[in-house]
Amino acid sequence: MKKRFGLLSLVLSWIYAAMPLTASEPAAAKTASHLLTMSPVDLVIIVLYFLVVLGIGFYLKKYTHTGEEFFMAGRKMTAWIAGLSFISANLSSLETMGWSAMSYQYGMLGAHAYLIGAIPAILVLAVVMMPFYYICKTHSVPGYLKLRFGEASRSLAGISFSIMTVLVCGVNMFAMAKIMQLILGWNIHFSIWVSSITVAVYVALGGLLSAVFNEVLQFFLIWLGTLLIPILGIIEAGGWSKMIATINAAHPGQNFTSLWANLGSPADNPMGLHWTGQVFGLGLAISFGYWCTDFLQVQRVMAAKSLRSAQNGTVIGAVLKMMVPLIVTVPGLLGLAVLTQKSGITLVPEHVAQATGGHSYNEVLPLMMSRYLGPGLLGLGITAMIAGFMSGMAGNVSAFATVWTYDVYRPLIRKKASDAHYVSMGRWSSIIGVFIAIGTAYAAMLFSNILIYLQVLVGFFIVPLFGVVILGMLWKRTSPAAGFWAFLTGIVSSVSMWIYIHFMPGGFDPVQLNPDHVKHIAFTPLAQDMAVNMYSAFWSLMITMTVAVVVSLLTPPKPAAELKDLVFGLTRLPDEGPCPWYRNPSFWALVVLAALVAVNVIFW
Amino acid sequence: MKESHQLPIWLFIGGLLAVYGVIILVTGIFNWVNPPANPMAMGELHPDVWWGALIAVIGLIYTVRFWPWKKSRPE
Repeated sequence: MKKRFGLLSLVLSWIYAAMPLTASEPAAAKTASHLLTMSPVDLVIIVLYFLVVLGIGFYLKKYTHTGEEFFMAGRKMTAWIAGLSFISANLSSLETMGWSAMSYQYGMLGAHAYLIGAIPAILVLAVVMMPFYYICKTHSVPGYLKLRFGEASRSLAGISFSIMTVLVCGVNMFAMAKIMQLILGWNIHFSIWVSSITVAVYVALGGLLSAVFNEVLQFFLIWLGTLLIPILGIIEAGGWSKMIATINAAHPGQNFTSLWANLGSPADNPMGLHWTGQVFGLGLAISFGYWCTDFLQVQRVMAAKSLRSAQNGTVIGAVLKMMVPLIVTVPGLLGLAVLTQKSGITLVPEHVAQATGGHSYNEVLPLMMSRYLGPGLLGLGITAMIAGFMSGMAGNVSAFATVWTYDVYRPLIRKKASDAHYVSMGRWSSIIGVFIAIGTAYAAMLFSNILIYLQVLVGFFIVPLFGVVILGMLWKRTSPAAGFWAFLTGIVSSVSMWIYIHFMPGGFDPVQLNPDHVKHIAFTPLAQDMAVNMYSAFWSLMITMTVAVVVSLLTPPKPAAELKDLVFGLTRLPDEGPCPWYRNPSFWALVVLAALVAVNVIFW
Repeated sequence: MKESHQLPIWLFIGGLLAVYGVIILVTGIFNWVNPPANPMAMGELHPDVWWGALIAVIGLIYTVRFWPWKKSRPE
């Protein structure tokens, strides 16, 4: 208990240092002169956005009466809407700001999150896993666990997902509030509360339908509000080749501009990562865990009107995902090339920025916005940030409401109630989830880069969940006991590894890495946060799957009759009529896979 | 997604983008005529004018394409 309070005071001290009203001197000097002042035009654009998203929520309330309508948007989305929503829910301000920071810090390695760190997993979700999710007509991923492994696994997944979701919401809030504080000098509390309550209102009113409507709208705003930055930046840098040459000249001996060429040794890249970590940690464990079993993502495509729409929507999501580096990685690289060369600004880690009053890695995207976007465009850029925040948060809130209502509340608290009661619970849990998330926002500040926080959470819960689900889908021998114990062991091992690498000679420190312990996880003491997380995720997946196999061989499996439509070999795909090649998800998955290979070769 | 009485999502997107595009375009033209004291980097390209115009066109296309109150054509 004492340790928890110590942790809390550490978090609060950092936040107070970042807040204008209670700041220590360097931070106060920094926040007192925010980057930009909005014009009335910008304000009009932002206010219009809030009015439209709230209007959509109120408008859609009349279309969400039943549980199927509120939690699954009536299962009538087209492939395009499902795909746009699928990606938009992931394209939060945490995503854009965090991965831009990664690109500034680690160079083009950051783009792997959109390539090997996403595309293969999304395609496997589309072609291999979606049929099982869709045909069994479950409301959620924990719901699949209930059908496949039983109540214990579902409860463990439901509770852990609920915890993770509100924590991720908190990270999103922090990201957005920091942007508003940096660019506009807005009070951090004002930013958090106004945006959070807006999200709570429109999700509580219209459920997943409202979240999806707004996510599609937000997708357009995010792109139109951000795409101008790389366009103008590359023009200013003198073209792509000139930008790369400038970065290389400014960082002799370090390779910031390759995807793979600098992964032969941990000493060759700023992340301290070997290619095995990138492939097996990010590309296999984290990526498949996140894209194939994180219900926030899967819920969007599960709500499509047919299996083929769900699969094609997922493939469309893969294409859109592969394009995101344009608005995320490129601005980070431009920060390396343009900010230092033209403005003399060098970004530093968050704790250094706090101590010196400088700018941190996390501020690279807002700084690029401040450089290129004038009145009107700035309003759109800020709206894009707010939209990104809201889409990510709405995704979390709607997924939280579904999992909480169907996988925690209904089986554990009130088993038999009317559909209207569960819809009401969904609306209220949307609001309460937002309030809980507000309380977690400040924990994000314990890490040198906010995205690492998300990676840690993914490693804790999602990676073990993927290990259990994929074995359950593909191997009918996987037993109910194995599902539960492997999942639990995976979570415990993830948390244990995280504590181990942060255990310093003087005691536990959630910020610092212990190189002597790191080398046991990532094979090298040079590994930085991201690299360690990748290896930890891989070990977590291996432990989960090993335990699942061993326990399955020692315990009785479910009868085959109970595994119908849940397991490979016992699931019959529905007949959805003739499918021309241009609507075949497998064909398009192969096309996207070829494009992925081409991009990796071009930027090797 | 689109029920008999439910407005399509694309109409909301088109409407908002059209309004945004016009606002940004008009602001850009105003700034072109009355250059600000501290111009933005690459401001000489007037990105607000052509970007605003592009957004307005995208918005109008979506609005017209998904306008739900069109008169039905005679058979």
